[in-house]
Amino acid sequence: MSGFLVAHPGFAALAAILCIPALAAAVLALVRDDRAGAWLNVLASFLTLASALLLLAFERPQPGPFLIVDDLNAVFIVISTLVGFTTSVFSASYIAHELETGRLTHAYLRFYHAMYQVLMFGMNLALLSNNIGLMWVAVELATLTTVLMVGIYRTPAALEAAWKYFLLGSVGIALALFGTILVYLAARAAVGEGLDAMAWNVLVQNAAAFDPAFLNLAFVFLLLGYGTKVGLVPLHAWLPDAHAEGPTPISAVLSGLLLNVALFAVLRFKSILSANPAALAPGPLMVTLGLVSVVFAALMLYRRQDIKRLFAYSSIEHMGVVTFAFGMGGPLANFAGLLHMALHSLTKSAIFFCVGQIAQAKGTQRMADIRGLTLSHPALGWSLGLGVVAIAGLPPMGLFMTEFLIITSTFARAPALAIILGLALLVGLGALLLRLNGLAFGEPDGRNDPVKASFLPLGLHLGLVLAAGVWLPPALVAWFQYVATLLS
Amino acid sequence: MISSFALDLAHLFAGGLVLVSFMLLYQDRMTGLINTFALHALVVSLSVAWQAHIQAAPHLYITAAIALLVKAMVIPLALHRIVVRLGIHRTIEPVVGIGLTMLAGIGLVALSIMVMLPIAAQAGTLAREDLAFALSVILLGLLMMVSRRNAVSQVVGFMSIENGLILAATGAKGMPLVVEISVAFSILVALIVIGIFLFRIRERFETVDIHLLHEHRGEQP
Repeated sequence: MSGFLVAHPGFAALAAILCIPALAAAVLALVRDDRAGAWLNVLASFLTLASALLLLAFERPQPGPFLIVDDLNAVFIVISTLVGFTTSVFSASYIAHELETGRLTHAYLRFYHAMYQVLMFGMNLALLSNNIGLMWVAVELATLTTVLMVGIYRTPAALEAAWKYFLLGSVGIALALFGTILVYLAARAAVGEGLDAMAWNVLVQNAAAFDPAFLNLAFVFLLLGYGTKVGLVPLHAWLPDAHAEGPTPISAVLSGLLLNVALFAVLRFKSILSANPAALAPGPLMVTLGLVSVVFAALMLYRRQDIKRLFAYSSIEHMGVVTFAFGMGGPLANFAGLLHMALHSLTKSAIFFCVGQIAQAKGTQRMADIRGLTLSHPALGWSLGLGVVAIAGLPPMGLFMTEFLIITSTFARAPALAIILGLALLVGLGALLLRLNGLAFGEPDGRNDPVKASFLPLGLHLGLVLAAGVWLPPALVAWFQYVATLLS
Repeated sequence: MISSFALDLAHLFAGGLVLVSFMLLYQDRMTGLINTFALHALVVSLSVAWQAHIQAAPHLYITAAIALLVKAMVIPLALHRIVVRLGIHRTIEPVVGIGLTMLAGIGLVALSIMVMLPIAAQAGTLAREDLAFALSVILLGLLMMVSRRNAVSQVVGFMSIENGLILAATGAKGMPLVVEISVAFSILVALIVIGIFLFRIRERFETVDIHLLHEHRGEQP
């Protein structure tokens, strides 16, 4: 066995990405010491990240019936494990504070750490699976763990948020399963019965021979089902509540990673449809849903009172932008969409790291009670400012460049859509800057506890986003461009 | 080749499932609702067992057994206890009238038959009708979830959707992972039921209107 793993280092890395979180979850469920648990969580997340990077370095393993590594999911897996690692570092200090203030008990903390790793396992499995049924099970697992984490504080609001997430997520997952069954039926006629008719690589190769009517109907169900998890309007109702009521590290992982995983599923099915010339073009559907999400979320940003809700709506906006970009298609829009998604993951999780510390220092999430952060907590206040500038799509941050690319590439093909998108983004920008003004400047008042948390994850994320706006390494550009051409 | 008797019986079970879905729609008492759901699960388990027999696919018997044990027995019993404990065996509060719900249900069944039959024509006689019936059951379950306010009736609606999915999955001949998926679903359902019990969720939020929800959380200016 060990000889085989040495001879196939790529396969070993693939196995490690899945086995480390699974093992860590089992161990963490048994560790009684809080600090040991937190650091073990960090260690496991770091090892998973290291395996993901090794996976890039080594020769890729051959796709099997259940697992696959290709150019598309390599991008997602690196982002996923990176944010998973930095969030675990943030979570270690955040959770210690929650324990001190008595919001979490020791038993719940153990449960929290174990669930964190189960969530990582679920997301990694969903990304790496080569089987549409397995991917469905993995997405369901990831959803269930986040439901449990959202409700972990056991307050009425948290339970209500968890319940709402649960019901909407379950309906979404049910629709996605029906779509999955329809894809299997479409493939069965061309590929034959059995596992082959559910394997990605086989499906994409043979998609041209599938019955287009089946594929069309399947895609509608899949888009609605997985779209619920992406948080596309009008299926977004669970998202703000789940972000606001759960622990902040979970909000960071939800926005930064789980939404991406769901979008990844949509992209996979989109490529099957695109490979069949007779099937309906999936683009317009995605463009519509994406655009509606952007416009709706941008308008909703103005009336928010709760700081975590504000950024949850901003996540809806950005997932809308990414869905829009992938729906437009073409190498340029796909490239921008992919990069936008990666940078949004980094920026939004950085903002949630910030917001979590702010909420702990001020003892509230109400924006009306938070003022003058740049005076009371300079480091936090200015980081939040930088994060909001990035998420609002202002230069010199990376998201400015990607939004610019998306709008200009759309302008060449559908000027009307580009104008709507541009206006909506400006409206959202106005709301965010308005809020930032209130939060960061003015006279500080209310509680002002000192902040102990580590700034390392925050600085790393914002640094990367800034670097992406100023200079992108050519190797990274080439890699993303290659994936973008594969998608179109 | 499947004999015409085998086909007729498969269609009888699938059609029966749609009928029981309609019965779920007009229940106005909790006890009746839960008993009707147990019947729903019984019909689906019979249907799956019959599919296992005519497709010569013994692993489907596991799915049938899970449906029978978990959904037709354990969960209805647990739900009965919850209803008594929480004191909610009084009438169910529908959002719209029963008559209107039934009319909408008829429309949904007509829609799913019109959509599925032409599309699924090449999938074989068995899968074609099964898919149309399964889609009807799923849509009726969704209708039930949106037309009821009570958490327990919403869960029953969700479980009837799940039964429809199992029907579709077993009708798709030779589909791998059906057993695994049905196990994953049973875990999901069990968690939902435990969730209601532990967290004592009596009512769903009064409306899906986010406006009112925000009032609860101090989001109203």
